Amino acid sequence: MLEHDVLVIGAGLAGMRAAIAASANGANTAIISKVHPVRSHSNAAQGGINAALLDRGDDWEDHAYDTIKGSDFLGDQDAIEIMCRSAGRALIDMEHMGVTFNRDDEGKLGTRAFGGQRRARTFFVGDFTGQALLHVMFEQLIKSQVRSYEEWFVTSLIIEDGQVGGVTALEIRTGELHAIRAKTIILATGGCGRIFEPSTNALIVTGDGMALAYNAGAGLMDMEMVQYHPTTLAGSGVLLSEAARGEGAYLRDKNGNRFMERYAPNMMELASRDVVSRAEQTEINAGNGVNGCVFLDCTHLGEALIMEKLSQIREIGIDLAGVDMIKEPVPIRPGMHYIMGGIKTDVDGLTSIPGVYAAGECANVSVHGGNRLGANSLLDTIVFGERSGNHAADACRGIDFLDFSEDEVVAREERRIADLLERPDNGDRWGAIRQAMGESMVRNVAVFRDEQTISEAIRDFSDLRERYNSVPVENKRRTFNTDLVFALELGYMLDVADTIAFSALERRESRGANARTDFPERDDENWLKHIVARKGEVGPELSYMPVTITKWTPEERKY
Amino acid sequence: MDVTIKIRRYDPEAEQPGSYWESFDVSVADNATVLDALIKIREEMDGTLTLRCSCRSAICGSCAMRINGHAGLACKTALALAIDDNNSVTIEPAGVMRVIKDLAVDFELFWDKIRAVEPYLQPSGAEPEGEYIASNESMLHLSGVTACIMCGACVSDCTVLEVDPTFLGPAALAKAYRFTADPRDGNREGVSRERLRNLSEATGMWDCTRCNECVQACPKGVAPMDRIMGLREQALQAGFTNNNGARHTGAFTESVGHSGRLDELRLPIKSVGGVTNVAAMISYAPVGWRALTHGKMPPIRHKNVENVENVRRLFRKLEPELAGTQIGKNSPFG
Repeated sequence: MLEHDVLVIGAGLAGMRAAIAASANGANTAIISKVHPVRSHSNAAQGGINAALLDRGDDWEDHAYDTIKGSDFLGDQDAIEIMCRSAGRALIDMEHMGVTFNRDDEGKLGTRAFGGQRRARTFFVGDFTGQALLHVMFEQLIKSQVRSYEEWFVTSLIIEDGQVGGVTALEIRTGELHAIRAKTIILATGGCGRIFEPSTNALIVTGDGMALAYNAGAGLMDMEMVQYHPTTLAGSGVLLSEAARGEGAYLRDKNGNRFMERYAPNMMELASRDVVSRAEQTEINAGNGVNGCVFLDCTHLGEALIMEKLSQIREIGIDLAGVDMIKEPVPIRPGMHYIMGGIKTDVDGLTSIPGVYAAGECANVSVHGGNRLGANSLLDTIVFGERSGNHAADACRGIDFLDFSEDEVVAREERRIADLLERPDNGDRWGAIRQAMGESMVRNVAVFRDEQTISEAIRDFSDLRERYNSVPVENKRRTFNTDLVFALELGYMLDVADTIAFSALERRESRGANARTDFPERDDENWLKHIVARKGEVGPELSYMPVTITKWTPEERKY
Repeated sequence: MDVTIKIRRYDPEAEQPGSYWESFDVSVADNATVLDALIKIREEMDGTLTLRCSCRSAICGSCAMRINGHAGLACKTALALAIDDNNSVTIEPAGVMRVIKDLAVDFELFWDKIRAVEPYLQPSGAEPEGEYIASNESMLHLSGVTACIMCGACVSDCTVLEVDPTFLGPAALAKAYRFTADPRDGNREGVSRERLRNLSEATGMWDCTRCNECVQACPKGVAPMDRIMGLREQALQAGFTNNNGARHTGAFTESVGHSGRLDELRLPIKSVGGVTNVAAMISYAPVGWRALTHGKMPPIRHKNVENVENVRRLFRKLEPELAGTQIGKNSPFG
């Protein structure tokens, strides 16, 4: 049987960073991903990565405060302290690995301003920072000689008597099922954006790791905290980076007014994302938009700046909406972008299941709380990817592999796959079910939500679950059967969708991204706590966890 | 917009595997991309259609394929611009790489070549405490190359790889250039001597025929061929001249600079280091014989063009730029 001390699932930035760290820490490490590592969704991070560098006169505590305020005081402050303290080293490490960060006039790393932060501490490579980091991390993965299972799709975690033993996985190219034995597992599978339609997220972002952990008994925390990004392109819903506003772009309504002055008079367009998205949605609802959109105006930035620092998003505007941002404002609207919630972990990445770690967007160390600051996600992946890799490798020492029958677990998965393939071809296709789920989510668990809309989403998901139980797989072949993979992913998405809706319904206050029109105020007395969803007999069971506060007392949040 | 998508398909598990064409009539929004149409087919019409795609915004590099015969990203190609007069577009898998199923090809050849150039920064000496100091211009120049998303469009349409799979190819060579041009890579002066030495070998930088297909195919403006030319310049400057490619360039320049035209008889001989390279001379024999019997043998006595002085004057003018390169050393005025 294939056997590794540490098995990392997912090969984006968090996963590769974890694998490299675990390998360097002496563990026999492998990484497994349903796509080739460089196809991972970390690519899509555009604007940059935050770090407070001492030699620039910055202070990690300022970064921590901005992050905590951005989180609407729901982030755990011990975890945030770790992230912000580690940021400088993590950034310089990436530079040493070869990232081609933009420089200042002295040849040192240059910065740009980003939302919700009082000083410019976002380091960047044009407007494709995520891609630049991801490809360099892949270079380091090649150098590390970590075994990489590419285009392998994990179908289940093997856990017996509370101990993790490995995974079963479908080798997509051949259609063969395998068991891989591992002492510890790190989930780094990214977010779950495709539960929403539209979303900025890539088609592969289907909540796989969250669902695997949830079904194995782990808790998903803060799942109601879904980030709607303020600038997603009309139509396709593709992301246009916050870097545009960081470089000085304006948001305007249909009459050309910079409406943000009424919502965030100090920070204007660079308030926190939840604040800006709510402002846009309020304007659109009041009839001050055009076709459900307001405008991102870059025309005053000049061609030279746009070509040097925003060239990729300019191309996206031209390719997908026929609008050249050098010449005219781009129609944009809030769009689902990121989930702050995820698999609850401690600051070393350990989940509630011994031996199972998580890092990156699928995890919730709790550094983003109710709202993530732009450019903190890349930082999160690298800092906590490395920590989880190190700790997972340490945890392997002195423990044995779990003894299980390879034939048995593979046969179990074979039966499950065969059942899917043998279903009659008369039910709804997975595509139609996913579309209905996504539209319900965006309609009902939106920038603004209330008990009635969330309940409607829950009813929809229940119906969709019924339809999913007879979803056919049209492609009966084994070779590269993506039809089968998509059907399995949809099951993962439906599991996670429930936890989002139930948690949103439970939080009867407005905090961060959970803006409840029926409970418009933040309520620290009753709701300064996390909501954790665990799998129950019939849907998610909810419980609470306290928020860790070290030295920043919750206060009114104004930008 | 109603369009017809003609797809070249392949099913390895069919009773008689082979590629075949299948057409789909789809109705899509006027601003739809080729990928939007393919996804619609996959989700609503034929679940067996197989392709890779993910980000929909030209950053993940999954959806490179041949659209109307040329490689490109399906997500970056507007359908309205791709269709012909009959509202039809043809879609085929990327070239050079083996087809697995439908539009999904085997990238192993692609990654083997990337791995072959040791694709990670190799600085000399201890790392600085903080960041390396480098000019913004140098980083912007590199970012133009690291913008490569490894989609394989250049490899698909490379006319050398099509006939010689041992060639490193445009993606791997552009990747290599990303390091040789990095002031942080190589020795203290930022010269990546080991890399340039290795890339000067057969199957490396000198095997590109400058057909420009990779520049056309690249959806990210990386212009791999231009980077390969950059590698050649760096290699010559670093003194890696003892190879066929460098000698070929030198002999070419020497001939034109001296006589105003190419000495087709001596060029191949000089490229391999002269008549003393017996193995090469023997390998030339069949070609030479065919040229001779078909009346295509270049004249033994090479003649100057008329007014050759004008050509020589041009070369003299260029001499400062050529100085220090192999071209400079071999020049008739060097």
